[in-house]
Amino acid sequence: MQVTNLIYFYVCAAIALLGALATVVARNPIRGAMGLMATILAIAGLFLGLHAHFLAAIQLIVYAGAIVVLFLFVIMLLGPSATSSRDQRGRVTRTASGALFLLVAAFGMYLVIRPGWGHAARLTSVPPEFGTIDAIGRILFTEDIGPFELSSALLIVAIIAAVAVARGRHASDEPQAHLRARKEQA
Amino acid sequence: MIPVEHYIALSAALFTIGGIGFLVRRNVLSTLMSIELMLNGVNLALVAFNRAQTQNHTGQIFTFFVIAAEAAEVAVGLAIVIALFRLKRSVRTDEADLLRN
Repeated sequence: MQVTNLIYFYVCAAIALLGALATVVARNPIRGAMGLMATILAIAGLFLGLHAHFLAAIQLIVYAGAIVVLFLFVIMLLGPSATSSRDQRGRVTRTASGALFLLVAAFGMYLVIRPGWGHAARLTSVPPEFGTIDAIGRILFTEDIGPFELSSALLIVAIIAAVAVARGRHASDEPQAHLRARKEQA
Repeated sequence: MIPVEHYIALSAALFTIGGIGFLVRRNVLSTLMSIELMLNGVNLALVAFNRAQTQNHTGQIFTFFVIAAEAAEVAVGLAIVIALFRLKRSVRTDEADLLRN
């Protein structure tokens, strides 16, 4: 049982890391979206191992079902121009910023992990209702009802904003529209 | 049982990969996907810590709200990508320089 758990964890972790690397490295954004999909599926698997059944389902529905598909729609809408060019301008600055971020992150990881590695509290057994839809739903609709309603308001605002932003005219159309309006006035 | 620190190390690695991708890539779609990676790493850490404190569901509820906020962020972000593409015929972040000078 112990060995099976370990193998499951390491397989999911390897898929997540490889998918993340593919997302960051891929020049073609379709491949990047597929890497992101692999990471999301692996994390949903890890959620199952952590007894977060409801969140694993939500992760699959919202991320894999909606967010990645939205990315793919936009990539296909943009067509070949969505692919990165080989332009090298600003390369030094970007590489330096990435290296600096890696240094800071490694230092932070060292500080956080050093005192606790190998001494973490032993995980206790899980109550049977932990992480189920029943338990999460009970909390969402009682003590966390305020944030829950606010998140629905946030989603509605985001939908309206997305429609308003994406519906705008082409920049090249703008002057002609002005001219047409002026002609109509005259 | 897998110790929590394994999950935390994985989540830190995902966050770091996402952060580097956000800083290094100039394709705005790759940038958005890197942000997704960072948020996924944070979600994993929240759920893993919640596994060590099974008397409440705070970490899982927080992850639920992070996922909701992220869906909103992606919808608006991709709308901005489309608007930027209409304006500049490009998806490179350094082409978005309307506010420069």
